[in-house]
Amino acid sequence: MVKIVRKKVLNSSVTLLEVEAPLIARKAKAGQFIILRVDEYGERTPLTIADYDRERGTVTIIFQKVGLTTQLLGDLNEGDYIKDFVGPLGLPTELPEGTRKVCVVGGGVGCAIAYPQAKSLHAQGVAVDVIAGFRSKDIVILEEEFKAACDNLYITTDDGSYMEKGFVTDKLKSLIDAGNQYDVVIAIGPIPMMKFVSAVTKPYGIKTIVSLNPIMIDGTGMCGGCRVTVGGKMKFACVDGPDFDGHEVDFDELMSRNAVYRGEEAEEKERHACRMEQLAHDVIR
Amino acid sequence: MPNMSMNKVPVPEQDPQVRSRNFEEVCLGYTAEQAVEEATRCLHCKNKPCVGGCPVNIHIPEFIEKVAAGDFKAAYEIISDTNALPGVSGRVCPQESQCEKYCVRGIKGEPVAIGRLERFVADWYREHINEMPEKPESNGIKVAVVGSGPASLTCASDLAKLGYQVTMFEAFHTAGGVLVYGIPEFRLPKAIVANEVNKLTAMGVDLETDMVVGKTYTIDEMFADGYEAVFVGSGAGLPMFMGIPGETLAGVYSANEYLTRINLMKAYLNTYDTPIKKIKKAAIVGGGNVAMDAARCAMRMGAEKVYVVYRRSEAEMPARVEEIHHAKEEGIEFHFLNNPVRILGDDKGRVRAMECIKMELGEPDASGRRRPIEVPGSEFELEVDAVIMSLGTSPNPLIRSTTPGLEANRKGCLVANEETMATTREGVYAGGDAVTGAATVILAMGAGKKAAEAMDQYLKEKHGR
Repeated sequence: MVKIVRKKVLNSSVTLLEVEAPLIARKAKAGQFIILRVDEYGERTPLTIADYDRERGTVTIIFQKVGLTTQLLGDLNEGDYIKDFVGPLGLPTELPEGTRKVCVVGGGVGCAIAYPQAKSLHAQGVAVDVIAGFRSKDIVILEEEFKAACDNLYITTDDGSYMEKGFVTDKLKSLIDAGNQYDVVIAIGPIPMMKFVSAVTKPYGIKTIVSLNPIMIDGTGMCGGCRVTVGGKMKFACVDGPDFDGHEVDFDELMSRNAVYRGEEAEEKERHACRMEQLAHDVIR
Repeated sequence: MPNMSMNKVPVPEQDPQVRSRNFEEVCLGYTAEQAVEEATRCLHCKNKPCVGGCPVNIHIPEFIEKVAAGDFKAAYEIISDTNALPGVSGRVCPQESQCEKYCVRGIKGEPVAIGRLERFVADWYREHINEMPEKPESNGIKVAVVGSGPASLTCASDLAKLGYQVTMFEAFHTAGGVLVYGIPEFRLPKAIVANEVNKLTAMGVDLETDMVVGKTYTIDEMFADGYEAVFVGSGAGLPMFMGIPGETLAGVYSANEYLTRINLMKAYLNTYDTPIKKIKKAAIVGGGNVAMDAARCAMRMGAEKVYVVYRRSEAEMPARVEEIHHAKEEGIEFHFLNNPVRILGDDKGRVRAMECIKMELGEPDASGRRRPIEVPGSEFELEVDAVIMSLGTSPNPLIRSTTPGLEANRKGCLVANEETMATTREGVYAGGDAVTGAATVILAMGAGKKAAEAMDQYLKEKHGR
């Protein structure tokens, strides 16, 4: 069990939780993930580590309330406990030797994972540009944090309600065409976004790292549920990733694999609601 | 005068029609009367061939004698003297190729039902007495056990009995390893495993779940933190796939994933949030016990058709005869001498069929079994919406890659001395599937036992005792 020491609501659907997990904080590196289980009946859910503090012994996760688990997680408060919290899993992000300039591209809640990447590179003296894309103004997150962790911050919104109107891919292309020489592009966000960012950088031959978040159970290589095709070969995201070369990943396959349980998830939500009602009923009685 | 009946006293089982739709235990076990009757079939041979066939050398004729006399408590004490998990091994051991294979009664007729008797004794004890062991006096020496499957449970139990301060590290949220994530409830109720784990904690074993050794904590760090010896029983984790087209389609699972969702994460119970696919027609590829478990689980989860596709013939199947028999009774269809060629998907990337090719048996291969050869032009499509690959596993590299001095063989299995289970690194011992590759529960238990003895020797010498 781990204790929640800080909760911050970033927008209507995205929440930050900082939890006490000293063993994980001691080892964690940018790019790695944890697996959690909210309660005894919960699923095992992977989430990328958004930040860690070795001295305080804490790990931060940022998540969007999309499914049952993230919904339940979002309902927890400071002082509450998460039943299981395992990690750090996967390999840390690795940049090629001599990387001098990087563009970090975050999409939506993916910005939560893009942020620590930018922060750690910036601290190492690498020149960092950040493109953070959101659907609209009301869901913009981490703006102040990003400003402190990069040289140039570009925010885009799909509907133009804040800063530049357009997609991150348009911005990236214009930055490259304007003469910015990026050694590496790191893209973290929804699968289609990572797919299109990779398509933008490919003709320029810019190395592109994407962080995948497929379905998994154990996070140690045991279930094989997280297998992805990279460069025509089968890889397990939990042990070979979660970072991969964006020019090699079969994104379409990943998308269809990630949709496997969509129907069942809706059912679980329904069933969970019934369970909660039953519990409430039992308590009242 | 022994009972000279040629056959074992039959054991009550759930009706196949009923049990193929529930997760209750298939075998109901002997009643006391049935157990006593079966026990009287033992001839009490002087040379005890059965004991030699048991990887943990249970004093078989002795415990059976106590059963025949109706002294079940004494029978339990004899078994538990050498076997830390009788309720488990009595259910999942392949007795037909171990103790019962050497039973003299088996020469003419059926051997004594040693497995059923062991199970009866373990269940009787748990239901009637279930005394938790006392915590032995501590010798103050810290030892670590990695993993909590059958090898680790046995090793931890033996070390705790000797007074060591044992900490057991488990990567999952529940202890038991393959006994909880792999073997289904209907073959091994999880309450039995939990009871065995409770016995360990009663003896003072500290259980640390959610600890991925090699990630959260390493063996080097264990030594730095004062652990003086380590047993690695991390199992054979990584599922194998065939390398055929279509294996990444939605609806293709490793048996590990499918079974873990159902067994560890209890997808079969509505109270759990674990999502699982409603399968209409499933093909299970493989012929081992795990394939049988996956097939029988799919049936219980409501599938209309469950096929087992195996490239050799029934005679070569590595699964226990009893498991194959049970699977057939439950309506699972076997496609022997068939091999998948590719898996076909619909426009949404979901499985719609599996293309197979017929096989015939040729000359014996390295395993001594006749090599299956493709029959050209015999391809056909099997209409399914799920494929569960049950082709075996290989050891997880997480520990060996983070522990300097720990050597592995070409297959990735840890190298360990057969007698002492000592690895190539001083103070580190290993056993179970991490060393042998996928094998049986009882072999893992035997290895855990040997390792505990050797670790005790090593630590005694180290401390000059």
